[in-house]
Amino acid sequence: MSAPVPFPGAGALRETGRLFALGIDVTRSAVKRPFQLREFIQQSWFIVSVTVLPTALVSIPFGAVIALQLGSLTRQIGAQSFTGAASVLAIIQQASPIVTALLIAGAGGSAICADIGSRKIREEIDAMEVLGVSPIQRLVVPRVLAAMLVSVLLNGMVSVVGVMGGYFFNVVLQDGTPGAYLASFSALAQLPDLWISEFKALVFGFIAGIVAAYRGLNPAGGPKGVGDAVNQAVVITFLLLFFVNFVLTTIYLTVVPAKGS
Amino acid sequence: MGVEVVVEGLTKSFGKQTIWRDVTLSIPPGEVSVMLGPSGTGKSVFLKSLVGLLKPEQGKIIINGTDLVRCPESKLYEIRKMFGVLFQDGALFGSMNLFDNVAFPLREHTRKTEAEVRRIVLEKMEMVGLVGAEKKLPGEISGGMRKRAGLARALVLDPEIILCDEPDSGLDPVRTAYLSQLLIDLNAQIDATILIVTHNITVARTVPDNLGMLFRRELVMFGPREVLLTSDEPVVEQFLNGRRIGPIGMSEEKDQATMAAELAHRDAGHSDGSPDEDVRGVVPQIEPTPGLPARDAVRRRKDRVMSIIHTLPTEAQQGIIASLTPAEQSKYGVLAGAGQRVAAPTPTPYPRTRDTEWQRRAGDL
Repeated sequence: MSAPVPFPGAGALRETGRLFALGIDVTRSAVKRPFQLREFIQQSWFIVSVTVLPTALVSIPFGAVIALQLGSLTRQIGAQSFTGAASVLAIIQQASPIVTALLIAGAGGSAICADIGSRKIREEIDAMEVLGVSPIQRLVVPRVLAAMLVSVLLNGMVSVVGVMGGYFFNVVLQDGTPGAYLASFSALAQLPDLWISEFKALVFGFIAGIVAAYRGLNPAGGPKGVGDAVNQAVVITFLLLFFVNFVLTTIYLTVVPAKGS
Repeated sequence: MGVEVVVEGLTKSFGKQTIWRDVTLSIPPGEVSVMLGPSGTGKSVFLKSLVGLLKPEQGKIIINGTDLVRCPESKLYEIRKMFGVLFQDGALFGSMNLFDNVAFPLREHTRKTEAEVRRIVLEKMEMVGLVGAEKKLPGEISGGMRKRAGLARALVLDPEIILCDEPDSGLDPVRTAYLSQLLIDLNAQIDATILIVTHNITVARTVPDNLGMLFRRELVMFGPREVLLTSDEPVVEQFLNGRRIGPIGMSEEKDQATMAAELAHRDAGHSDGSPDEDVRGVVPQIEPTPGLPARDAVRRRKDRVMSIIHTLPTEAQQGIIASLTPAEQSKYGVLAGAGQRVAAPTPTPYPRTRDTEWQRRAGDL
């Protein structure tokens, strides 16, 4: 047997390839029957229960920071009446999918990774395969779909809570006019902004689920390996999310014309 | 009847480290086989390769005409439904109670009603002596119970091949004896092919029809139990007697200096605690519990072994013939103590060379 000659970065490429292969496997198994409805509902509920409160708590200051920043900026250039418009745009298009993704990855993904990883080292995954049940279909697919669903729903919640937080801080702390804030909502924002926001959340949920499952299915061995895998899963997800966010935003801004242009 | 597992030229390595190479054997259908070997010789890896969890680099594993090493994933899942595997720690699903664990394969693969599932599960639970523990979680029970629950789960789909990874580890000798009896009873009832991987000598001596041993990255031998139990191979002798003197060391192999030092110690009168008696030799096999049907495997194996007896070493021949009843002896045309008469004209000298046919090429057994 001739081992392939290792070259720098070969390991990283191999891992990436396997990650993509898992992504494709999951997509294919997702449409295959039987669908694990029970597991899907349980996992969705579980992810919601670990993410909903932190997400709400994060999104209030996030909306506030954006509102405050924009408030002072717009005052400097004399466009106070557009504060609402700009903060809605910033929150819905950028802040809300990212906040959602960070919490899905940090709270949901780490739990998924730890769960699958500990099953792997206890040979439960092997046992399942030997019993003729695909762990991808039985365990991974419901979790990935649950992460996607919850991240879309959370995204909606973050948008609402963020905009409300922005409104509160703008009106109460910066003496903005409530009417102007609300009236300018639709000055810059348009419906496709909401779609791209939800689409981003969907993709981020998918990535978080796949990375968590991939790291969970391939721990380095032993309980410590599972801990490392969880850690890596969260870090890898973050890196991927910001990159994908950049790509999606670029495409969106190119493809969908800004309002009024 | 269980199916035959044919393994040809199997080689497995992790990176640069070869686990074993060129393993060739065939596990006869419906018989009980044991694979022995010191710790770390890749016994568990061998078992996992047989169910397709690990992919060997070379060779074939043929079950029902399908090569497991090179068949598509979907086919693999089909074939795995014939398997019942008992993992070392039971590998139960931690989030389910014992009942749901045992019921899992039934609920996934069959359309049985909940009442039927319940009946089958309770029957298997009773078989392994776990009645009353259905509601417990795997984390709440002892290792032995987990193991038995794992066995019950492996049995619910009436597998044709049962693979057991160290059924004795973590069990006391009494429970091990019960488990051995259970496996033999199972074989009598459902006639499944059973492969047990272990390093327990008692299990190896009393349970199997066929016995093999892995050492130093290869299959030392595989064949009828009498062959290994009477073997003069130094590795086998050392292993069966559990001695320090011999080729097996603390790490896998021993160098000449260590071996010489150990021999010197022994000659100087140092006792290493190993028994003086030699436990090699053919001992009676466990029989099914009275009341159960006789094992068909025993009859089939007898016919098979008697047809190849002239190729076996003399000690094994004598052991086999001595275990026959007078009626059988006359049926097969041999006499007790007359091993030489049916032996090949020139008995192979000891120690046997590696290329002797019966040692590793057991494909025609």
